[in-house]
Amino acid sequence: MSSKPPAVLTGPHYWDGDYACAEGAIAAGCRFFAGYPITPSTEVAERIAERFPLVGGTFIQMEDELASMAAILGAAWGGARTMTVTSGPGFSLMQENIGLGVMTETPCVVVNVQRGGPSTGLPTLTGQQDMMQARWGSHGDYEIIALSPSSPQECFDLTITSFNLSERFRLPVLLMMDECVGHMTEKVVVPKPESIKVLPRRWYRGPRDKYRPYQPDADLVPPMVRAGDDYRFHITGLTHDQRGYPVINAACQNLCVSRLVDKIRNNADHITLLDEQDTAGADVVVVSYGISYRVATKAIADARKKDIRVGSLRLVTVWPFPEKRIRELASKVRCLVMPEINLGQMFREMQRATVGTGCRTLLVPHCGGWVHNPNDILAAIVEGTK
Amino acid sequence: MKYWRKPLDADRCKSPHGEIHIIHDRCKGCGFCITYCPRKVLEFSKDFNRKGYHPPTVVKPEACVNCGLCETICPEFAIWSTKVEECAVEQ
Amino acid sequence: MKEIEPVERHPHEEYLRMDRIPHIWCPTCGLGTILNAFITALKRSDIPRQDIAIVSGIGCTGRTAGYVLMDSFHSTHGRALPYATGLKLANPRLKVVVISGDGDLVAIGGNHLIHAARRNMDLAVICANNFNYAMTGGQFGPTTPETARTTTAPYGSYEHPFNVPFLVDSCGATYVARWTALHVRHLTTCFGEMLNHKGFSFTEVISPCPTVYARRNRLGSGLDLLQFYRENSVIRNNIDTRECDIRFQAQMIVGKFVQKEKPTYLDMMNTYLAEAVGKKFVPYVGPMDPAKE
Repeated sequence: MSSKPPAVLTGPHYWDGDYACAEGAIAAGCRFFAGYPITPSTEVAERIAERFPLVGGTFIQMEDELASMAAILGAAWGGARTMTVTSGPGFSLMQENIGLGVMTETPCVVVNVQRGGPSTGLPTLTGQQDMMQARWGSHGDYEIIALSPSSPQECFDLTITSFNLSERFRLPVLLMMDECVGHMTEKVVVPKPESIKVLPRRWYRGPRDKYRPYQPDADLVPPMVRAGDDYRFHITGLTHDQRGYPVINAACQNLCVSRLVDKIRNNADHITLLDEQDTAGADVVVVSYGISYRVATKAIADARKKDIRVGSLRLVTVWPFPEKRIRELASKVRCLVMPEINLGQMFREMQRATVGTGCRTLLVPHCGGWVHNPNDILAAIVEGTK
Repeated sequence: MKYWRKPLDADRCKSPHGEIHIIHDRCKGCGFCITYCPRKVLEFSKDFNRKGYHPPTVVKPEACVNCGLCETICPEFAIWSTKVEECAVEQ
Repeated sequence: MKEIEPVERHPHEEYLRMDRIPHIWCPTCGLGTILNAFITALKRSDIPRQDIAIVSGIGCTGRTAGYVLMDSFHSTHGRALPYATGLKLANPRLKVVVISGDGDLVAIGGNHLIHAARRNMDLAVICANNFNYAMTGGQFGPTTPETARTTTAPYGSYEHPFNVPFLVDSCGATYVARWTALHVRHLTTCFGEMLNHKGFSFTEVISPCPTVYARRNRLGSGLDLLQFYRENSVIRNNIDTRECDIRFQAQMIVGKFVQKEKPTYLDMMNTYLAEAVGKKFVPYVGPMDPAKE
């Protein structure tokens, strides 16, 4: 009797973020993956290609990113838990089908291991330059959920969270990693399978003849079925009614699209994950996410040595933007400092959220290709006390 | 059907026979069924349907052999035939 | 326009979303005929209806998914094939049929077409070729014959078009055929064969487009085009697909060109991994099952 490798590799490991993300997907029950190689996300695909045949998953390398995104949507309707990974250029290619996923309310996870852009940019070096694209990349009005891990451990944990959120709210969830976190090797502790909370798919349980693909529950999310169970449903990217049939007029657009947006906005409190430290009584709070948080911790420690009362708010959920908490903090602190490896993306959201509070906002930008020098963040913190 | 001589078992042979059903208001007057019916059973009706087209009308009901071509070729699902009792082979 | 409830029901109505009939296709368009032949073939097939899923792309032909009363998916332009690939791989029990147009499958979807054929993915693909992008008003596409007039080639097309059967044959498709909307008997048989075929099956169905293509090129109505197909299509089964070029209003070769057996993508994947990975190999666990959760 041969022992097959377990799906969940319980115990401590020394993994990089990409590997941890792949293992997180497997632990979350992902058994279908379609992807296309692109630095720095390729290791996720490679790890999955190696592990899936040992845990009963299907891996396919598609011909491009457009096909990868389309395939994971189709597979989700076939009844599988699905994921793809990419980086900036591939993320751009996937946008149309991400829109299809949002419109058809298809649960899946899309991982973007960000690199320097625009265009081919810096394939092997870090960036956080796709943050706005995560929110607005596809055409039309929609809301999206995006998470940002700051360590390989979080790459494992937040991949599972991403799957859970995608099942709960029925849409593609974006995991916005970056090359640094993806290629950085740290201790990752994988818990026992029974400790890992995996949310089951929200299956429809009502009478068969009463099934309407887009009739929502009270939380604005409709339950789902899979192909092959004789529900005879129709799914389209056209604006549709509750039956899933295209209805091409403004009234239907209003109903259809408003619900897709409200589904996320109204439930933002259940989606927002924050890591807050020492913000009570702080003069300056550093708002950061991803790898920039790790660098900011050094700047914060140095600032404390200068007796500056500084706190940290780490955005684990980046979209929907946690404007409520930002606004609350803005009314209490003197300045919010945001370091990000871009020329101001999430910063604009932060500014928008602080309008009218009198709170100062300072951006510590970085063009990409490396992480911030902590002294630059420290200088902004010091500036924020003035 | 024309034969060059009368088949010896003509009195025993029966030809399949069909009855045409038409949903007039579904027809868009394409003419496929009329043109391609092998027995020339149908013609354009002089009447209009609600959409303003001339749907087919059965002019030679006895000639229909229930081949089902009209049923399959119709783009609108407006015409089909059902099997009815076989009739004698025509001369 | 609300239909008066007919007293009688067409035999195919149980396979149609009757709340969406009448469909949007023009009078004398061939797409309704192709759908009709497909349903005829479905009814004769012994594949359980719940095991069939239809995926279509964008365009007039792409609307087909919205009219069949089965699990159907109307995806994005050109991406019906990878969508169908994902659907099939997630639930291999399904027979996935892709019904889409020439522009959707061969232009924007061209890359996906060649790879799905190369992989011998177990999909049945019905390509309705009306030689233009009809839904958007009649622009030319990679199947538009030379000299044909379209809105984006108002003086006539000067691009070499694809020979689509040759294209998919050269990529490894294991069932390749071409018929026209007139050949309803052949279509019904052909679709039936495709439903039973294991591997990538592809049929190009030449279909009349009366409102744009035929009108701009003064070819008459769809009925006139069907008459043209009748007089100018020649059945040559098993001919080398290289010979199957289509020139503008010239003789067309139709028939079943390729029918062969080759391991499908799933056959290859499972056999190879079982051997290469050995005892540790765990075959795909299948889709999540609501009954078990």
